[in-house]
Amino acid sequence: MVMTLEPPKFSYEPVNLTPNEYKSGVPPIWCPGCGDYGVLASFLKAISELHIPREQLAIVSGIGCSSRFPAFVEAYGFHGTHGRALPIAAGIKMARPDLVVVTVGGDGDAFSIGMGHIPHAIRRNMDLTYIVMDNEIYGLTKGQPSPTSPLGLEKKASPFGTVERPINPLQLAIACGATWVARGFSSKPKDLGELIKAAIQHKGFSLLQVMSPCVTFYDTYDHWKSITQPLPADHNPHDRLSALKYAMDDKTLYLGLFYQEEGETYDASYSAMRARVTKPDYGVREIIGKYMR
Amino acid sequence: MSNSSLVVRVGGDSAAGGIVTTGEVFARIAAYAGLEVYTTRTVPAEIKGGHVMFQARIAPTQVWSQGDDLDMLVAFDQESIDRYYALVHSGGILVYNSNDSKPPAPDGVAQYALPLNDLAKGINFQRGRNIITIGALIKLFGLPSEKAIAVVEKQLGRKKELLEQNLLALKTGYEYVEQNITKTAPYQLQPRAGAAKEERLVLSGNQALSIGAIAAGCRFFAGYPITPASDIMEFLAAEMPRVGGTMIQAEDEMAALAMVLGASYGGARAMTATSGPGLALMQELIGHAVMTEIPIVIVDVQRAGPSTGMPTKVTQGDLRMSVFGANDDAPRIILAPVSVEDNFYQIINAFNLAEKYQVPVIFLSDQDMSVRVQTIPAFDLSRVKIEPRVLWNPTSDEKYLRYQDTATGVSPMSLPGMKGGQYVAEGLEHNAEGEPNYDLNWRTTNMEKRTRKVRLAAQEAEVLKLYERFGNADARIGIIGWGSTIGPVYEAVEHAQAEGIKVAGLYVKMLQPLPRKLIQDFIARRDVIIVPELNYVGQLARMIQAEFWHEVVSLRKFDGTPFSMNEVYREVKRVHGSLTRFAQKPVARPVSTHKKKPVAKPRTRRR
Repeated sequence: MVMTLEPPKFSYEPVNLTPNEYKSGVPPIWCPGCGDYGVLASFLKAISELHIPREQLAIVSGIGCSSRFPAFVEAYGFHGTHGRALPIAAGIKMARPDLVVVTVGGDGDAFSIGMGHIPHAIRRNMDLTYIVMDNEIYGLTKGQPSPTSPLGLEKKASPFGTVERPINPLQLAIACGATWVARGFSSKPKDLGELIKAAIQHKGFSLLQVMSPCVTFYDTYDHWKSITQPLPADHNPHDRLSALKYAMDDKTLYLGLFYQEEGETYDASYSAMRARVTKPDYGVREIIGKYMR
Repeated sequence: MSNSSLVVRVGGDSAAGGIVTTGEVFARIAAYAGLEVYTTRTVPAEIKGGHVMFQARIAPTQVWSQGDDLDMLVAFDQESIDRYYALVHSGGILVYNSNDSKPPAPDGVAQYALPLNDLAKGINFQRGRNIITIGALIKLFGLPSEKAIAVVEKQLGRKKELLEQNLLALKTGYEYVEQNITKTAPYQLQPRAGAAKEERLVLSGNQALSIGAIAAGCRFFAGYPITPASDIMEFLAAEMPRVGGTMIQAEDEMAALAMVLGASYGGARAMTATSGPGLALMQELIGHAVMTEIPIVIVDVQRAGPSTGMPTKVTQGDLRMSVFGANDDAPRIILAPVSVEDNFYQIINAFNLAEKYQVPVIFLSDQDMSVRVQTIPAFDLSRVKIEPRVLWNPTSDEKYLRYQDTATGVSPMSLPGMKGGQYVAEGLEHNAEGEPNYDLNWRTTNMEKRTRKVRLAAQEAEVLKLYERFGNADARIGIIGWGSTIGPVYEAVEHAQAEGIKVAGLYVKMLQPLPRKLIQDFIARRDVIIVPELNYVGQLARMIQAEFWHEVVSLRKFDGTPFSMNEVYREVKRVHGSLTRFAQKPVARPVSTHKKKPVAKPRTRRR
């Protein structure tokens, strides 16, 4: 797996905690065998290895099985409304640029009700991480097809098979100009942990799609095991067209870092602009003065 | 000149340009000269153009409404004459563009012809007709030309070349009147002695609100463009970074409010501003803010609906959405300012209440006061008090419980970065820690906790004086209202009292929770209550009827324009007539449930 890791840059005082010490003690509500357990374990390991203080980490989610994630981590959390995790995270980041802000959720939350926010998160390129646990199904509402469900999937809400083609989230993100795009698999926890670490360390918006099967409503373990493989060693993650080519492959589900580039972040640009326009001793009195007759 | 004020209306097609500029610049010149101004406007929602009306009421002392009859009409085209000439009272003035329109037959209105197109052509400045008009008006009314030059420089002086053209246009209009119009205007505008030296601001409600937000410590704003709230966002786009804050233009209203929630969760005093359609989109997140107890301020500059409705017209139609919006019972606070000036003070209260009670505060402004430019007394910054959020003490040894129940319902909040204060802002029903929990006891405790906070907030109506009272305290007729209708209502009450009809006025600025005692005591002392408002069903009237079991006379207007003084006065007079006709029982009303009134003294019939 190709991984270009920058040396870690911490905006915080690093701490030494084991993955277990990042557990909140709230037992996950996921079904036995759910892929999200693997994501949680990889995540705990990643933040432990990044030495992030628990109080400096904010985890934001929307609605869905995977969006219950923040409750299981000993950190600041925000369990928001359906589809709005990204703008909530953006608000936190702009008010508190000192925090590590990670957004989590599922494919319905991200690519259906919340899809409108993704291109904007990408174009702002705020220093946020988005981990989407994709099981290609609505789990919490008991098994309706999701925007990533394959064409023809027969479920209760699509008794004769879906007639919509699925969304390809990575293709979309790369096309929108995302600065960091990767795919992991909950059954490959070691690689996934490395991807989560790299995503958090990326300066800018990072989108990590994690294939995370739903054992109850759409068990894709065996299928995904048969079609996933690491991105070829010769793939250059700075090559956007190569990234697109592998993202669009409809036979193989490639895993690894598809694309990465350095880009100006909204938070850094805004604070530079703020520093440029701020005047000393400027405040309400000076603003009112402009309207004095 | 009615009530010693001058009501000027400027009409024309916006495609021709500068109608609003003409009115605004003229009003500002009057303000700079020491006069008080109160403006109103109707503009089409379409950018390409359409008929525009701008009205300014100018007086030596403060006025409270747009005025009724016109003292002067400035008509840029024939349509303006056709529409408004009938409103000019006898003895008034018509200033018209003699290149583009024909004046009506003389009927007691003084007519002044300005060949605007020719004059503009003469100085090779087609778009200069508005400034030429201003030059002419200054000469007609004897306003100081140095003030006019100062205002033109300030308002239109961004480009040097254009400024020179504008100043030339001003001179052209001035000199045309000097050389061609010998009769003097029936009115001269004389400011009070020394008035020009008094500290006065010339601004709109949205500007007053934006300044108030910054004064209140707001340092995060996210919004989405919508008429008539966009200029709050534009104002804060310029000022927020200068004071160290952030303004984000979000991708939609839901994102805007979600960002505000996130920022407040991070510790910033945060706000969004929108209009009805945007507020409709925000409902789910308002419920979330109630559930997670995050302080936020949501400004709704109400415009006529439903749906897209009439974006540039006024309404007070979002009260019920603000009270009842979001699923299940979601207690929140609603404040409503009553004037341009009040926008400044009430938005500060909105932030303080949001932070103190950790609830969303919906702030109901309206199109009329949001865009209206007015002279107001300079803001009293000594009145600005910042109520801080109750924060958790990170040095405490006790385990932190975000949603711990307390006597007031308000629990100390921790902020990210505080060691040991980690919690989840949880939209699911939860326990004291903030862990999802549907246990009946937690449900009951938290429902009660969230409601208790808002119930207790009702005391703030007295503490912060979230009301205005005027008129005669012993009057049998009472008016209860909210928002920007206070102007014409106040003048109608003054007018009625001058005519011998006693009226008491109560304007409530806190609409949720309703200040029960204040309203009950007011109702108890009247025989009849009139509730004027700008919506179809009488939203406040119905709230009062439901909450206080008291029948009221609902005076409604929903055509998208504000009340005029006369419209309110006529209703007062009608109600007064029925009171005297039926001596004791003016309108059917059920027996009120509150304290027994003293036996009514026999009343003599008036008239």
